[in-house]
Amino acid sequence: MKETPLSNCERRFLLRAIEEKKRLDGRQTYDYRNIKISFGTDYGCCVVELGKTRVLGQVSCELVSPKLNRATEGILFFNLELSQMAAPAFEPGRQSDLLVKLNRLLERCLRNSKCIDTESLCVVAGEKVWQIRVDLHLLNHDGNIIDAASIAAVVALCHFRRPDVSVQGDEVTLYTPEERDPVPLSIHHMPICVSFAFFQQGTYLLVDPNEREERVMDGLLVLAMNKHREICTIQSSGGIMLLKEQVLRCSKIAGVKVAEITELIQKALENDQKVRKEGGKFGFAESIANQRITAFKMEKAPIDTSDVEEKAEEIIAEAEPPSEVVSKPVLWTPGTAQIGEGIENSWGDLEDSEKEDEDEGGSDEAIILDSITMDTGVEVSNIGSQDAPIVLSDSEEEEMIILEPDKNPKKIRTKTISAKQEKAPSKKPVKKRKKKRPAN
Amino acid sequence: MAGLELLSDQGYRVDGRRAGELRKIQARMGVFAQADGSAYIEQGNTKALAVVYGPHEIRGSRARALPDRALVNCQYSSATFSTGERKRRPHGDRKSCEMGLQLRQTFEAAILTQLHPRSQIDIYVQVLQADGGTYAACVNAATLAVMDAGIPMRDFVCACSAGFVDGTALADLSHVEEAAGGPQLALALLPASGQIALLEMDARLHEDHLEQVLEAAARAARDVHTLLDRVVRQHVHEASILLGD
Repeated sequence: MKETPLSNCERRFLLRAIEEKKRLDGRQTYDYRNIKISFGTDYGCCVVELGKTRVLGQVSCELVSPKLNRATEGILFFNLELSQMAAPAFEPGRQSDLLVKLNRLLERCLRNSKCIDTESLCVVAGEKVWQIRVDLHLLNHDGNIIDAASIAAVVALCHFRRPDVSVQGDEVTLYTPEERDPVPLSIHHMPICVSFAFFQQGTYLLVDPNEREERVMDGLLVLAMNKHREICTIQSSGGIMLLKEQVLRCSKIAGVKVAEITELIQKALENDQKVRKEGGKFGFAESIANQRITAFKMEKAPIDTSDVEEKAEEIIAEAEPPSEVVSKPVLWTPGTAQIGEGIENSWGDLEDSEKEDEDEGGSDEAIILDSITMDTGVEVSNIGSQDAPIVLSDSEEEEMIILEPDKNPKKIRTKTISAKQEKAPSKKPVKKRKKKRPAN
Repeated sequence: MAGLELLSDQGYRVDGRRAGELRKIQARMGVFAQADGSAYIEQGNTKALAVVYGPHEIRGSRARALPDRALVNCQYSSATFSTGERKRRPHGDRKSCEMGLQLRQTFEAAILTQLHPRSQIDIYVQVLQADGGTYAACVNAATLAVMDAGIPMRDFVCACSAGFVDGTALADLSHVEEAAGGPQLALALLPASGQIALLEMDARLHEDHLEQVLEAAARAARDVHTLLDRVVRQHVHEASILLGD
């Protein structure tokens, strides 16, 4: 499916909001979305959620013969896949640019920075080495894939345990997990990517853009750092013009963010380790019961409601009561009413037939009511009593209100909150529905 | 590679250069008669060829045409004999795709695409010999080729690579220095305004040293600009002589 284009008004809205330093989800400019890390039953399997962006990471290993020019080093292989369930625009053949970009960035971030000690993966020099394969699948795309993917890769690698191997002379023994506990990989450091989205010709930046912000941004800068403040990768993309000062500023911000995220990862790994040791239940199946993996849960946003009552009373006491009549519907024929004047027709001159219709409508008697009346249960009989056939629209509106003239007007009051609540169940919206004009 | 000092005590690198020195650059424009624009550049032992076709009508699906600007299409190809060991996959591998994307990003920012709506500009770059700094050589060659084709640009796009060894920033890395595994930075710059069109860095570099390395790369890119400027003026001078001005 082709990606639905972003409408101009939505684009303008987003850009205007960003100009006023506001983000749609209420975050500050340097705030990350909530990161949730959950682990599967196997070692090396994890799901990372960055807001709504979800990435699944899985690490596996295999004994292979090494590359010819690197006989004593293990092989690392990274693969990120954009699953078709992540976004409607992702199709098997269509995603190559984005896919290449993300894969190369991940490779450079994790392989060139030497976060894994590849020499320790060597079993028999020149003959047998471990090949570690990291597979990442994007399950849901809500912006900032690269950050989520890098976190998932790092967490999966830290969580993974490979089978233990012992070499005695020429004999190589590979122990199964039952015989000997599997061994974790030796990880030097954890590089985490931080994305910066640039707006307004590079003068304003946001951290962790979500999908909408990514669509309207000028460009993207990705910085991968570890908690020792070493930069592992920098990549600018999207054709923005950067200045040196901006890059340095971004590196400082990234340092702070990476420290926070690394702490979070450590905690998650420790928790999982604890649960496994204590014999508790772990894995994705557990998360299903808590609705953590299989549901998009709206998080409860904590709001301080301690002084709401006082404030509300203040506001009410100071406010004036609204005018009593809310609207004056103009009744053209039974069942057709007009509220308000409407905006002027900006379509210009239409054909003559349209004009005639309007003239006809104007000549009908207009009965002005003082208030809105409701009459839901009686609509069927009302329709039956009409002369001309009335076409019911296919709309799924539950209530259909027919306005009748000559009913006692009811006053509407919205003075106090309690009264309003009282009113709410009995007041139903007036809907104007299209129907053919009865033949006159 | 053990025992190979990238920076000796006296401050000399493996090939005898100083830390901030560039390799010898030689360039020529108008190498091919068939193409709209072409250029050939040699940076030390790195040799790159760039060819530009355009602006012309969009090839393939008309749906890709942008209503307000030109489409820039870049292809990067590295010859199988360009590296020390013969490469088995010259096309379509991820690195070439990535290079193509990065070149496109660089030139989309520099070329005044608003002047040619609904058209396409093709830039093809071929690396004949890769001795480090291939991205930089490609960008420099492509800049000259785009100028040769007469396509208006905001400014020269000059690129250079930089590294960091023993507390000193090195400019214009050769293959030996790149393979040693230290941090490498590739920077494409518009010299007049100092704006960075593309910034790419690999391997670990401590945050405190970032400014130093960026500064070294920017200075080297400006030096490249002086050289390229001279080449363009020379070429125009020769062309005007031929026209009998």
